[in-house]
Amino acid sequence: MSVTALEKIAPDGAVTPTGTGAAVVSVRGLSKQFGAGPMVMAGLDLDIQHGSKVAIIGANGTGKSTLIRMLVRLVEPGGGDIRLLGEDIRRLGAPGLKRLRSRVGFVFQRHNLVTRLSALTNVVHGVQSRMSGPRSWTQLLAPREVRAEAMHCLERVGLADKAMARVDTLSGGQSQRVAVARMLMQRPELVIADEPDASLDPKSGEEVMATLAALASEQNATLIFVSHRMEHAIRFSERIVGLGGGRVALDQPSHMVSEAELMRFFHHD
Amino acid sequence: MIDVIKPKVSHLPPRIERMNPISFTLTFGVAAFVIWSLTTAGPSVEQLARGLPNIGNILSRMFPPDLERIDRILWSLFQTFQMAIAGCAIGLILSVPLGILAAEGLSPHPAIRTAARSLIAVFRTVPDLVWALIFVIAVGLGSPAGVLAIAIDVMGFAARFFAEAMEETDKGPREALSALGANKLGMIMSAVLPAALPSMIATSLYCLEKATRASVVLGLVGAGGIGVELKVAFDLFAYQTAATIILVILMLVIAVEQTGGWLRRKII
Ligand SMILES: Nc1ncnc2c1ncn2[C@@H]1O[C@H](COP(=O)(O)OP(=O)(O)OP(=O)(O)O)[C@@H](O)[C@H]1O
Ligand SMILES: [Mg+2]
Repeated sequence: MSVTALEKIAPDGAVTPTGTGAAVVSVRGLSKQFGAGPMVMAGLDLDIQHGSKVAIIGANGTGKSTLIRMLVRLVEPGGGDIRLLGEDIRRLGAPGLKRLRSRVGFVFQRHNLVTRLSALTNVVHGVQSRMSGPRSWTQLLAPREVRAEAMHCLERVGLADKAMARVDTLSGGQSQRVAVARMLMQRPELVIADEPDASLDPKSGEEVMATLAALASEQNATLIFVSHRMEHAIRFSERIVGLGGGRVALDQPSHMVSEAELMRFFHHD
Repeated sequence: MIDVIKPKVSHLPPRIERMNPISFTLTFGVAAFVIWSLTTAGPSVEQLARGLPNIGNILSRMFPPDLERIDRILWSLFQTFQMAIAGCAIGLILSVPLGILAAEGLSPHPAIRTAARSLIAVFRTVPDLVWALIFVIAVGLGSPAGVLAIAIDVMGFAARFFAEAMEETDKGPREALSALGANKLGMIMSAVLPAALPSMIATSLYCLEKATRASVVLGLVGAGGIGVELKVAFDLFAYQTAATIILVILMLVIAVEQTGGWLRRKII
């Protein structure tokens, strides 16, 4: 990890050479409760600077998925404020929300591809962030530039040779990389990944994480990912944020913590 | 660690639980109604005694089937099948948008979904012969009325199953598409329809079987097809011709059902 990369996460939010220093994510006093259930978020504050890589960790049910889903309103936020890429997400109407979502690449734990379709068509679907109509529905009808860009995205995840293969013939790791390629098709400014390594074997999981981290650096995009693998959290991030009790309970530069310390974070209650 | 649960001494339950007065009255009422219906609407023993030999008589007069007008009959059968195909095609094509409007999570508005579901229910509950009668009045005698009746009947069936097939598709790809800013139509066309396709094809094949069965009787009410030939043959007491017609209908229906069943097994 480069020194400049580490500077980006300086606690005072130092201006970085790559970004404007503006917070990509700025969360204030966020609370959330599902129905009459317990408070999943209880006054959470979090700032994430442009171009940084942040790992979010925490025990099962601490609200990691809920937090990152609220950022793009896949889950409606409860109380508090969320600013994402300079937008107050609560104020957005449907078109504004669509525009904001198109700037954010989201990778899920499951690849969430249409398995009966080819890898290439699934990647072409990513263009729906900026284009609509039949030409964005299938590679068959996609314009030449779109097909070429989709191929390029598949190349970047090392799967150009599988372009015409149906997703249900690919391995879990390959499918997840196709999902990353679809996300690249969006040309996102911010990449959010919810346990992209969770359903994969150690090697495939590491490949997917490495691909995500490398692509985010290349694109100068911000990366926020959730992982239960402490070695991934440390290796692929610059900053580790631990959730507990509905708030940020740990916030450390990644090079300052060891796996053993992180394990202790899970043990004290 | 685990407490051993001591078995409790239990006594045998009675064979019949005591009925409460309401369910007793209901059961009794239903039974009475069934018996009443049998005595008023069902055939009497005397009618059965007279009717069964008559059936035998008709069957014997049908034999041997008269093959003299077989070319005309086969041509009429072919036209009947075309009616089924045309009605099915129209019905299935319209069932896709109607199914989308009726599907939870895809319909633009709950009110639209309710309206679409009600329309489908009306299409389904009114029998095809009644639709045929309505269309004979609306567009006149002949196959167009039959095609329209089949289309409506197919929609009552297919739109509902299309909606269910689409509702049952994996929510993951849909969420992924809406998370990247796709619009609803894009989500339906790229994530929902491709995933629902095998099930929709199976439904369509079943509709074709259903439409074929319907097409052969629609002629009875003047909505085109071979049914009218059958009616004429019976009216003229040409039982041997009727036998031929019934046999070719049987062959068509069995052929379509077998082919459809085989194709469906291949898809699923
Ligand atoms: N849609 C929902 N309806 C009701 N409760 C929910 C919903 N989504 C999440 N929850 C609850 O909110 C809490 C936080 O869930 P969340 O999925 O965000 O946790 P997580 O940190 O991502 O856990 P994991 O590590 O298992 O992925 C859990 O108690 C969960 O049961
Ligand atoms: Mg989660």
